Amino acid sequence: MSEQHTELLRFSTAGSVDDGKSTLIGRLLYDSKSIFEDQYETIRETTARRGEEGVNLALLTDGLKAEREQGITIDVAYRYFATPRRKFIIADTPGHIQYTRNMVTGASTANVALILIDARHGIVEQTRRHAFIASLLQIPHLVVCINKMDLVDHSEEVYEKIKEEFSEFSYKLDVKDVHFIPISALNGDNVVDKSTNMDWYGGSTLLYYLENVHIGSDDNFIDCRFPVQFVVRPNTDEFHDYRGYAGRVAGGVFKKGDKVMVLPSGFTSEITKIDTFDGELEEAFPPMSVTLLLKDDIDVSRGDMIVRENNIPEVSQDLELMICWFHDKPLQARGKYGIKHTTQDARCVIKEIRYKLDINTLHRNEEDTEIGMNDIARIVIRTTKPLFTDIYRRNRNTGSIILIDEQTNETVAAGMVI
Amino acid sequence: MSSGYHVNHLRELEAESIFILREVAAQFENPVLLFSGGKDSILMAYLARKAFYPARIPFPLLHIDTGHNFPETLEFRDQLVEDYGARLIVGSVQAAIDNKELVEEKGYNASRNYLQTHVLLDSLEKGKYDAALGGGRRDEEKARAKERFFSHRDEFGQWDPKNQRPELWNLFNGKKQYGEHFRVFPISNWTELDVWQYLSMENVPLPSLYFAHKRKVIRRDGTLLADCDYIPKKPTETVEEMMVRCRTIGDMTCTGVWESEATTVEEIIQEVATARQTERGGRTDDKRSETAMEDRKKQGYF
Repeated sequence: MSEQHTELLRFSTAGSVDDGKSTLIGRLLYDSKSIFEDQYETIRETTARRGEEGVNLALLTDGLKAEREQGITIDVAYRYFATPRRKFIIADTPGHIQYTRNMVTGASTANVALILIDARHGIVEQTRRHAFIASLLQIPHLVVCINKMDLVDHSEEVYEKIKEEFSEFSYKLDVKDVHFIPISALNGDNVVDKSTNMDWYGGSTLLYYLENVHIGSDDNFIDCRFPVQFVVRPNTDEFHDYRGYAGRVAGGVFKKGDKVMVLPSGFTSEITKIDTFDGELEEAFPPMSVTLLLKDDIDVSRGDMIVRENNIPEVSQDLELMICWFHDKPLQARGKYGIKHTTQDARCVIKEIRYKLDINTLHRNEEDTEIGMNDIARIVIRTTKPLFTDIYRRNRNTGSIILIDEQTNETVAAGMVI
Repeated sequence: MSSGYHVNHLRELEAESIFILREVAAQFENPVLLFSGGKDSILMAYLARKAFYPARIPFPLLHIDTGHNFPETLEFRDQLVEDYGARLIVGSVQAAIDNKELVEEKGYNASRNYLQTHVLLDSLEKGKYDAALGGGRRDEEKARAKERFFSHRDEFGQWDPKNQRPELWNLFNGKKQYGEHFRVFPISNWTELDVWQYLSMENVPLPSLYFAHKRKVIRRDGTLLADCDYIPKKPTETVEEMMVRCRTIGDMTCTGVWESEATTVEEIIQEVATARQTERGGRTDDKRSETAMEDRKKQGYF
């Protein structure tokens, strides 16, 4: 019964078609010994069959038939590897212009965004787009890998120039923690092992960075938020009067004995027990899944939120959002959509489209309110019932929503409360 | 103030899976948990018990019985169902063959794997299940790496990998049209090693097949198969006896066994941590073509 101390770190990668992203992931997996012999054999055979030389590590990450045929990545693929310090989940997203939606999806749960730049080309349109999405989705840490250093003679000058150029535009973005690393994914320089070709670089390798970046403060431990997911009522003789509110802590630290308030009713009570299968807990915090029991027999159901009396979220039917549109069918002004927020389901109407954002220039275009696939826009909605929200910047769990087309049931947009 | 608040990666995976299981119970009218008797479905049943504790698991377990199971699997299944106070439903491939709904494959490598899909879809339809929980993991196979937690299936049970709903944050969209259903994969983010470490940490009982034992085996195309009546032997093949264990548990006809001395979970973890072959490397059903899994998934396989 030994508890391990390995933390979980989720990172997203995005890159242009040829900047070596798949090779980098292949390198991380290969050098950390996370590739198995049969996988290696399969890609070696496939490489040979295609008439290419060596072993194309990119084939490891291109899972679907269509992707291998076209040599591109068309969807978010998840990859896993572990070191003694951490377990890593990579959300690998394609870098093509039409796939902003995948980048946003991969970024939504990431602690770290890994941005790849081809040292020969420097900052390109896609670099700006990736950095912007990382900032929009509030990924806490950004690591910028300047790749293919072997093709620019491992030049410090080239590295410094790109670094400076990146900083020049990123100051306009809302990113807190940016880190730069010069690498060669193909040769493995500064990926897992320190490069002998770039003595001028005194920083850490990419893997060292990923193993050590501080993620303990990425969740919100201040504002207590507990969206009720499911009401547990055993109806057995042993647990006759048991009524527990199951859910995942979305913010703050709940303690036994805490005075709490239930939204939307506003009734107050006290936490008598934080229950789990493994026994009672003294406190619960993100990302734990627990069951809360309250002192008073009040009406609580799925979609309600348990909070602290002196720190309540915004309770409102009017929301101001930044959205990323995911669907071929454009956003309908004054259209009605389904909305999901924490464990709540509601409907909403689009009240106003304030502007469309050009994600390359960050220009706000108030004239253009035609919001189509992959567009980013600021909108105002009104919901059929009050939602309990925090601004996204303060809490990613209680500040995020998705919009759903009511005819097709497809998820058509991701939104962040501002 | 935040520094004292963290959970290890296994507890975080556990919390995520429990969240998904509860979402399924809340969002769907009639879910079912697919149970194969393998370690991943044992983990699923175990997590489901945690998710709804102290209530019972609010949905039944569904086992698609090919008739080619290891006898140990069935014994273990029945014990687990009893211990958990769960409800078990069995879909039988043998019955479908007897009723002439299905025709068995012939030849040395005949497998009922493909017939399973038919019985699975049939059982889901008969039970009017609108969500089927599966123990698929993204690290298992390249097509599964693109799978969503909530995976939408059309009225034919088919998967359209190019038209999947984007899945963001912890917001899972289980809305569907009448006749459609969802496949849900709560342990998507677990790796083989995570599963073993967790089962060890929690002392979860496991079928004896996972531990090294003496067994009669035959060698075929680089894989060791358990000798049984379901596998016709080629004239050149001989039966050997050796210490082996299963890394996955499926049909006897297509589940390879591995030479191993690992008789405890700790020894298995050691073995998995240093393994140089994926666990499905012994599955002859995956080896039929490079896209065997993707093709089967599109048709409705798990």
